[in-house]
Formats: sequence, C-alpha cells, structure tokens
Amino acid sequence: MSDVAEKWVFWVFAVPLIVSAAGVVVARNPVNSAMSLVAAFFFLAGIYVLLTAHLLAFLQVLVYAGAIMVLFLFVIMLLTTGDEDFGRTRVKVMQVAGACGAAGLVAVIVLAVHRLGPMAMRRVGPDFGTVKAVGRILYTQYLLPFEATSLLLLVAIVGAVVVAKQRI
Amino acid sequence: MVVANQYLALAAVLFGIGLVGVLVKRNMLVVFMCIELMLNAANLTFLAFARQSGDMSGHAIAFFVIAVAAAEAAVGLAIVIAVFRTRGTLNVDEVATLKN
Repeated sequence: MSDVAEKWVFWVFAVPLIVSAAGVVVARNPVNSAMSLVAAFFFLAGIYVLLTAHLLAFLQVLVYAGAIMVLFLFVIMLLTTGDEDFGRTRVKVMQVAGACGAAGLVAVIVLAVHRLGPMAMRRVGPDFGTVKAVGRILYTQYLLPFEATSLLLLVAIVGAVVVAKQRI
Repeated sequence: MVVANQYLALAAVLFGIGLVGVLVKRNMLVVFMCIELMLNAANLTFLAFARQSGDMSGHAIAFFVIAVAAAEAAVGLAIVIAVFRTRGTLNVDEVATLKN
C-alpha cells in the first residue's frame, strides 16, 4: 500500500474509533454505550488489519464484537428494569478530579511517545500475522501460556455459574 | 508512512477515554465496558510494537489478552448479576458496605 493511502486509511479508522469510544462514556443509556463499543471494536479491527495483524482483527470481531458484547447486551436487558432515569445527575467533585487526572495522564503519555522520535515500521514478510504464523508461535514458544489459558477459561465458566446461580 | 508513534498515541487516547469512563460513570455495566476499552488499548500497543519490531510475540500476547478479557467479562458480569440480586442496584456508589 502506498504511504499516502496508508495514512488516509489510518485516519479513516482512527477518527471514528475515538468518536465511538467517546460515545461509550457520553451515552446515558447503557444500551447506547454497548452499541458504541461494538462500533469501536469494528474500527479497531480495521486498525489491526493496517498493522498486518489479520488473525487478531478477525478474533477482535468474532470474540469481542460477537461474543463478549452479546453477553453484555444480555445482562443489560436482564438487569435494566426500565424505571431508571438516564437524566443528568449532579456531577461530583471527585468525578471532575478523576476526569482531569485521566486527561493529564493521556497528555503525559502522548508527550512521551512524541519525544521518542518517529519509529519507522520494519518491513515484514508476507506471512506476518497470518493464522499459520501466529498458530505456529502459539504452539511452540507460547505453548504453556496457551494451555494455561484453557484452564483459565474453564475456571471462568465454573466461577460464573457458581456466582450467578442462586441455588446450586 | 504511518509511524508507530501514531498508533501508540491512538492507544493512549483510547486508554484515557476508558479511564475517564471508569472514574466518572456510575453504572456498573458501563464501567465494565470501559475496562474492555482499556484492554483494547493495551492490545493496540502490543500490536503496534509487534509490527514495529517485526516480532510476532506481540500477536501471541494480544491473543492471550483477548482470552483473559473473555474470562473477565464472564466472571465480572456474573458478579454484577449477583450484586444486583442482593442490593437491587447497579450504581457503584451505593455498593459500599465495606466502607463502614
């Protein structure tokens, strides 16, 4: 891809990503927040493709936008009784302080990244980020963490059932 | 060419938005969504550095982050359901029994 095209594609995905991520925080209704988050995940998948991480982009859409957000929407539907008011509540001092602190943190990180000087991307081969290449590294170098992940998911399943179920 | 710094700055902004959400929002579910946003910012950083260095270990780590996020969402939402069942509220400020 040419440099100009790459730059354009980056901004085409980055600006809607930030807007939809901000929508998660700004929206009053949790359902609107969830839909904004789904949009943000899709735009982030586009950024991943730009980083030649094709498998991760695919997983982002499949696992995050597909599975996790459906779980979120189910819980929102389950717990939202309809009598909440999503109106403007009084903003507390601590909330303003928290927002200012987070903004300051972002400013510090962005400044530090800027001071690093431009870090050019290295040229990568055609199999960078493909299913085959990532699968090979997962099953050789990262075999133990990979197996530990399966155990973690099993514990999460059992834990979720134990915590959420009223009577076992 | 898009340099790695731009991806890192984008990840920082994304992390900041998530952090603001965690600190400001009072709805437990929205706080959870903002945590997912912050995890995604970390993933973006991993992938940017993987692309910058030409080393695919970042992809493996990002894969593990997605798996941990899935587990966290499952357990976290179960806890939210349990809290809602006993307290009848989703407001994080009202769940403060340990404070006294």
